[in-house]
Formats: sequence, C-alpha cells, structure tokens
Amino acid sequence: MTKEDIYAQLKSIIKIYLPEDVSVDDIGPESHLINELNINSSHLIDVVLDLEDAFDIEIKDDELEAMDTVSSALEIIQKKINN
Amino acid sequence: MTNYKNILEKLPYTKPFLFVDQLLSISENGVEGTYRFKEDEYFYEGHFNNRPVTPGVILTECMAQIGLVCLGIFLFSEKDTEGKPQISLVSSQVDFLLPVYPGDTVKIISEKEYFRFGKLKCKMKMLNASDELICRGIISGMVVLEASSKK
Repeated sequence: MTKEDIYAQLKSIIKIYLPEDVSVDDIGPESHLINELNINSSHLIDVVLDLEDAFDIEIKDDELEAMDTVSSALEIIQKKINN
Repeated sequence: MTNYKNILEKLPYTKPFLFVDQLLSISENGVEGTYRFKEDEYFYEGHFNNRPVTPGVILTECMAQIGLVCLGIFLFSEKDTEGKPQISLVSSQVDFLLPVYPGDTVKIISEKEYFRFGKLKCKMKMLNASDELICRGIISGMVVLEASSKK
C-alpha cells in the first residue's frame, strides 16, 4: 500500500466525522484534527477505531495522543502496516 | 450474589434526578437494571397537562444512568481501583415505541459495543413489566477521572 493510498483512505474516514462547517477540502497533510478540523475528542476515537478496522492495525492509548495531525496519523499507520 | 452497592454509591445523582433503583447483573460486556417511576416524580406536574407521561428525555436519562454510567463505573473500577470516574454523555440516538406512566417499572438491558480510549459506547433497550420494548438506542459517553482537566 502506497503512502498515497493510505492518505486517501485516511481522508475518507476523517470526512465522516467532520462537523458541518468544515469541508473535505480543508483536510491537508498538516491539518490538526482537533484544532483545525474541529473533530471532537469523542469522534477522534471513532476515527481511530475506523482506522484500526480499515488497516487491520491496533492503536494504543499513548499513540492516540500522538495522532494530532493528519500527517502524524499517517506516519503511525504506515509504521504499523510495515511491521 | 454480588453486592452492587459499591457501584450505586458512586453514582453522581440524587433525588429528583436519580433513575436507578437496582442493578440485576453487571459484567465486562453489559449491565441490567431497573427503575420504578414514582407517582410523584417532579416532571409529571407539567408533562403533560393533567395527563402524566414520562418524557422521552427522562427515559433516555434513565437508560444512560443504568446502561452507561453504572457500566462505566464498573469498567473503570476493574482497571483502576483508585479514583472516581466522571462520565459525560457524548451521543445518544434513541427510538421510542411505548409510553411509560407513573408507577411503571422499567428494565434496562445494555450491551457494551466498545470501551476504548475512555469512550464507552453501548446498545441498549428498555422493557416494561410485560417485557415489551419501550425504547432502544445507542448511547455513548466519555469516562474521565474526576478533577482531571481533560476535555
């Protein structure tokens, strides 16, 4: 799976949990999930659970805290897939 | 039989907003409990005029207190015996099928969908004394340690 594939899938999962006033076009690699994309902490957990299912990975509690931006999420997913 | 007093004692509610009488069972996977809506509950005075019916928001609250908060306290105590958890409601989606009148006893059956990263999501239903479905829904909450500044 290429980085682009992962990014596309990640974006499509984030999209589901965006509030009405944030558009999918606002999602960029450096977007902060909570502060910029306005995803609340409860929905952030839904994003992570969807990522676990989509990529067949397991994310630990401390890794959730590190997943603050789109690119940091991408990095964590990539690392897990390659293991 | 297990004594659920330790869980009931940790509930952050009192009359007139405590909607838990008894827990029937509780486990890692879910909880069952009951509540009897007393004839003199404060909301019957205004809901509705001269025709008391339990408001849907109160039924939702009753489901949340038994199905989410009691279970949350139990799951939390399994992980961390110290500290008191605080549970905030983050989402609810409920369908209402039958009315609940003063004096009715309801049973709530809640099944855990997941408890991950502090978020507890449960699928629940409320039954009347004849085991008919009153309402069903999905309710989730965030479990945090009291006095924690986390949002």
